[in-house]
Amino acid sequence: MLYLGLSCLLLHVLVVFGTELTFELPDNEKECFYEELEKDVRFDFDFQVISGGNYDVDCFVIDPLDNVLYNEKKKQYDSFSHTTDMKGVYKVCFSNEFSTFTDKTVYLDFRHGDEEPLLESMTRSSALTQMESSCVSLHEILNSVAESQTWYRLREAHDRIKAEHLLERVSYWSIGETILLFVIGIGQVIMLRSFFSDKKGSLAATT
Amino acid sequence: PAAGRMFAAAGILLLNVFYSVVSSLYFHIGETEKKCFIEEIPDETMIIGNYRTQLYDKQREEYLPATQGLGMFVEVRDPDDKVILSRQYGSEGRFTFTSHTPGEHQICLHSNSSKFSLFAGGLLRVHLDIQVGEHANNYAEIAAKDKLTELQLRVRQLVEQVDQIQKEQNYQRYREERFRQTSESTNQRVLWWSIVQTLILVAIGIWQMRHLKSFFEAKKLV
Repeated sequence: MLYLGLSCLLLHVLVVFGTELTFELPDNEKECFYEELEKDVRFDFDFQVISGGNYDVDCFVIDPLDNVLYNEKKKQYDSFSHTTDMKGVYKVCFSNEFSTFTDKTVYLDFRHGDEEPLLESMTRSSALTQMESSCVSLHEILNSVAESQTWYRLREAHDRIKAEHLLERVSYWSIGETILLFVIGIGQVIMLRSFFSDKKGSLAATT
Repeated sequence: PAAGRMFAAAGILLLNVFYSVVSSLYFHIGETEKKCFIEEIPDETMIIGNYRTQLYDKQREEYLPATQGLGMFVEVRDPDDKVILSRQYGSEGRFTFTSHTPGEHQICLHSNSSKFSLFAGGLLRVHLDIQVGEHANNYAEIAAKDKLTELQLRVRQLVEQVDQIQKEQNYQRYREERFRQTSESTNQRVLWWSIVQTLILVAIGIWQMRHLKSFFEAKKLV
């Protein structure tokens, strides 16, 4: 019973921790996420801007001693990995301060941990049977399938939002241009008329 | 002995639950601030969110677990902007919901604090962990409930993963259709407006010439 309990606890210890978040970054604001990590832990994160303006954002990563590990301006998507050399709180920040009125929607995937996800810890030390190792490789393949699905879902969201903006802009611009056409067409005629109605007397005198 | 075993099992399960809450990404939230997260998911997908709050204690100059009175209000909206979960939880909580329509669900958190003194000008630290679909499954529980061997559990995980992949693919098909409709709409609109605008241009041009001609003839200038 205790063995089962202990192994259940270990089950959670060996799972790779990761958080995927999609959040809105209002204009002129900065949003930071913090993670407490041990020494010699490899973490990787990737981010994508899904909607807003030019679809770009500033991103920087700071370690516990306030050193900048990664600093990129106006990136649409990127990924970064690093192995920590000290224990402490690592900070990942996104800044939309260069934008005056567009909100951005940013997707962030932060993964840390150096063990592959395991279901059972009981057979961890012993060799795996063929069936089990096939299962493990299938699991890894399916993980990468799910990851690529996420990537395509985000790209599709980005493209769809762009297409919807395009539709909106085409509609407004068309209506605006039609109104402008009428205004200019009628305006020109009225202006011309106003020129000749004043000078009518002087023109008649010169001919 | 049986009751003792049950308590032990319950205790271990509880320990698992709390352990999974401990290590996660955290962020700061102001007193009246509302932080929203978007989850784009296919339908019939379960989402489990765990959060834990900490309040900055000025005397000890560190973040301590928040007091009992401080809670978080969690609101979840579905793609049609209908509220599917709207509850208040304590300083530590776990919320679960299953999507019934595919699309963008919005999970919003804000603190229920009305007493300004609690925050004391500081910020609330919120640890958040959101698990989607297959990741939300608790395999230890499933193994115990269905009495699965290790191999069976591994295969079960693979089945769940494939299930989730299939749901995502169906959702992809539905989204592609929406995208195609938007593009075709744009195409039609551009075509129609171009024709209409050209006709308007020509019509205005003709009207201008005719009107000016009659105007000048009336003024005896032509």
